[in-house]
Amino acid sequence: MENEKAILPEVQQIADAINAAVKNAGVTVSINPSPAEQHSLLLFPTKARECAQWLKAESPWQLDYLSNVSGNDWPEDAITKQTPKQPVKDAGEEPMHPCLEAVYHLYSIRQSLGPIIIRMRTENRSDKVELPSLTPIWRSAELQEREIFDLYGIHFEGHPDLRRLLMWDEFEDHPMRRDYVEPDDYDYEPTPHGDVLKKSLTQQEGTV
Amino acid sequence: MDEGLKSELQKAGIFTTTLSGLYNWGRKNSLWPLQFGLACCAIEMIATSMARYDLARFGAEVFRPSPRQADLMIVAGTVTKKMAPQVVRLYRQMPSPKYVIAMGACAISGGPFKQGYNVLKGIDRFIPVDVHIPGCPPRPEALLHSIMTLQRKITEDSLAKNREKEEQERLKSELPIPVHGAQDLEPAQNPKIWKAPAARKA
Repeated sequence: MENEKAILPEVQQIADAINAAVKNAGVTVSINPSPAEQHSLLLFPTKARECAQWLKAESPWQLDYLSNVSGNDWPEDAITKQTPKQPVKDAGEEPMHPCLEAVYHLYSIRQSLGPIIIRMRTENRSDKVELPSLTPIWRSAELQEREIFDLYGIHFEGHPDLRRLLMWDEFEDHPMRRDYVEPDDYDYEPTPHGDVLKKSLTQQEGTV
Repeated sequence: MDEGLKSELQKAGIFTTTLSGLYNWGRKNSLWPLQFGLACCAIEMIATSMARYDLARFGAEVFRPSPRQADLMIVAGTVTKKMAPQVVRLYRQMPSPKYVIAMGACAISGGPFKQGYNVLKGIDRFIPVDVHIPGCPPRPEALLHSIMTLQRKITEDSLAKNREKEEQERLKSELPIPVHGAQDLEPAQNPKIWKAPAARKA
C-alpha cells in the first residue's frame, strides 16, 4: 500500500539516527542489491544491545516486535564465489570477512511498519563466535537464538538459557554450517545411484 | 476338526472352535493402540480413528495414553534421532504380546529425510516391525489395510507357537535403548534385529 511505503523509513535514515543517539554506535548499512532491496542495519556487536534498546524504546520507529531471527554462515568460499558475480561487500566498501551472522527481523506494531532488519557478525568462524544476545530486549528471541546456537554455533552472551534446541545435548557439531560433514552412514540404499551408490558400496565393504 | 462335522454341529446350534482360534479372535479384535504421533502421519491416524473412517469397526479405537495398557504401537511419522530412544523405551514398556505398525515413508526408511543428519533411517533398526505402510502420509484406508493385515497375521498364530512367540517377545523387550552420541545414535542400529541388505549394484 502507498501509505505503508510512505511511513517505511529509509534504512540510511535509521542508521544515521542510531549513530546520533548512541555514542560510538558505528552502525552501517548493508546493501542488498537484489530486486527485493531489503537493506539492513549492520550493528557493531559491542554496541548492539544499546542500539537495540534505543530502537525498541526510544526511537521514533518503536520497533516493539521481533518477528524472526536467523543465522547465516559466510565461509571464505561463499564470500568470493557468490552468485551475483561480485564479491559481497559491506556498504560497498571493504570485502566481507569470513564470519557467522545473526539476522533479526523487526516490526513496529504500534506504528505498523517493518520489517527493519538488523545484522550482527562474529569476528571469525572458529574461536571468536560471540555475539550479544538480544533476548533481554526482545523476549521472543530466546528460542530462535538457541536454535542458531545449536545449528550455527554462535554463542549469544547474556542469553538466559543457552542450550541446544533441536539436536541432542551430546551432539558435537553445527549442522547448518556450510562446511559441515555429514556422517557417513549410507549403509542401506534401496535405489542407489551416482555418489550414493559409491558411498554405499564402500561402506558395506568396510563393515563386512 | 472335520469341517463337515463342524458345519453339521453348527446346524444343530453347537458352535465349535479351537482354543487358539478363540484366543486369536479375541486378540485381533481388540487391539489397543498407543496414543502418540510424531509428525503429519499422526493427523491421518487421528482421521482414521474418527467418524468418517471409523477405526472402531476393527476394534482398534481405544487409543491408550500409557504404554502399559497398549498392545499396538503405530509409529506415525518421522522418527528423529533425538526421539528414537524414547520410542524404543515406550516399546519396551508395552506388555506382550505387542505389535508394531510403521506408518509412512519416514517411519519405514527415513523417507524424504533419509539423508538428513537428524533422522533415523527407519524404526525397524531398533524395534521389530510387523506391518510397514508406505505413503507420505498414507491415507486412512492404508492404515485400515495395515490393521487388517495385522489381524490376519494374528489369526495365523497358534497357541503352541504363541508360547514360543512370547519367549521371543520377552527377548525383544530387552532391546537396548540407544544413547545419543557425538554424531549419531550409539549403536546406530540394533544388529540383532536389523542388518543392511546388500547394496544393489546399478
